[in-house]
Amino acid sequence: MIDISHVNKWYGPTFQVLKDCTTNVAKGEVVVVCGPSGSGKSTLIKCVNALEPFQEGQIILDGIKVNDPKTDLPKLRARVGMVFQHFELFPHLRIIENLCLAQEKVLGRSHDEAMAKGDKLLDRVGLKAHATKYPAELSGGQQQRVAIARALAMDPIAMLFDEPTSALDPEMISEVLDVMVDLAHEGMTMMVVTHEMGFASKVANRVIFMDKGEIVEDALKTDFFGSPRSERAQKFLSKILSH
Amino acid sequence: MNYNWNWHIFFEPNPTGAGTYLDMLMSGLLLTIKTALLAWVIALIFGTIVGILRSLPSKTASWIGFGYVEFFRNMPLLVQLFLWFFVLPELLPRSAGLWLKQLPNAPFWTAAIGVGLFMSARVAVQLAAGIASLPRGQKNAATALGLTTAQGYRYILLPMAFRIIMPPLTSEFLNTVKNTSVAITIGLIELTGQARAMQEFSFQVFEAFTAATAMYLAINIVVVTGMRFLERSLAIPGYITGK
Repeated sequence: MIDISHVNKWYGPTFQVLKDCTTNVAKGEVVVVCGPSGSGKSTLIKCVNALEPFQEGQIILDGIKVNDPKTDLPKLRARVGMVFQHFELFPHLRIIENLCLAQEKVLGRSHDEAMAKGDKLLDRVGLKAHATKYPAELSGGQQQRVAIARALAMDPIAMLFDEPTSALDPEMISEVLDVMVDLAHEGMTMMVVTHEMGFASKVANRVIFMDKGEIVEDALKTDFFGSPRSERAQKFLSKILSH
Repeated sequence: MNYNWNWHIFFEPNPTGAGTYLDMLMSGLLLTIKTALLAWVIALIFGTIVGILRSLPSKTASWIGFGYVEFFRNMPLLVQLFLWFFVLPELLPRSAGLWLKQLPNAPFWTAAIGVGLFMSARVAVQLAAGIASLPRGQKNAATALGLTTAQGYRYILLPMAFRIIMPPLTSEFLNTVKNTSVAITIGLIELTGQARAMQEFSFQVFEAFTAATAMYLAINIVVVTGMRFLERSLAIPGYITGK
């Protein structure tokens, strides 16, 4: 589904953020990407839907080459859902309008169709009662659930999560993770940048560990948590799991 | 000082034979309002286009925006009006110049366009600042949903940016109204022009300019009230000022 091969990316002439990154996410697979901050994990996931350009290598998404100038990027992006660290709901639109906008403007659905879909998804994330509120009237956890619903409204073939719980109060993390776990169980293809190792051990198929722009470890979940091969990953794990 | 106050002068017939001095001032007021409104529309349209250009990642676009803004904001308004009114027709091919000079209401159109373009540079700078003040993630979120750049601006960035710059925009609207008085120099008999004419005919200089001042004040009170009303009706529940 998502094929990343030999991706290199530089900021400016000398600073390399991604070094020869190669991995893939199969259909229905949940892959967690972790690593220290600055390791390039968010950059890598943003390369997948071309929010970030890269200079070398290629990414193929559902058979379509992302870094091909001929690719219709808006169309391709509409097929991949993305959830951001800071939710990025559109503050001037009501919750339901947040869910309908792209359905109507990008997919060309009728307003009624979009509303019906939006209602269903809000119900699914338990926020139907908030449909006519504005984002600023909701808690962080609620906003992030809306953001997931907004992405799902586009009927994506895969979902990208860029640290979806990093900006949340601890008590709100679980309500967002619950939605994500449900999604994973339904067979959604997911690539998730997160430090939530509980989530990783519960639903991930594979765990990718990145450091300094490199994919240091790309292993099945059991192998990763059982006995990470690289010393760097061992250290990272021991630090974040020790509390 | 030997000055004969005469507040009844407004109700005395003016020398043109058409109505009173008050009618003279009122026709000037009307022309000021017309010129200001047209100039403001022009300022908003061109200011929006150039403001967007300045916020685009494209180097060419931001250079065009930069050049436009510096051209219109670094020349005194008076010089610009002279340029459009006296110089431009001479620079054009003879027939085009002649056609321009013989346009009916030439001072009106020149004033509205001249003031409008002058003010558009200021609107552009403010709009670009408003767009830049939005979180980067907003654009990413719009892009990730498959919205094109144009759609992202139309539905997400501009509605928020305009809300943010509403207070300084009010000041620019007021400046537009006041700046139309410069058009007296190219023969537009707007409010200031009529006040001066009244003074010349009647020698009641204080009454004439007191009335003109009151009328400018009245327009601007309407503008301020209107903009505040607009600001309030566009306020987003829970967001920044809208509580």
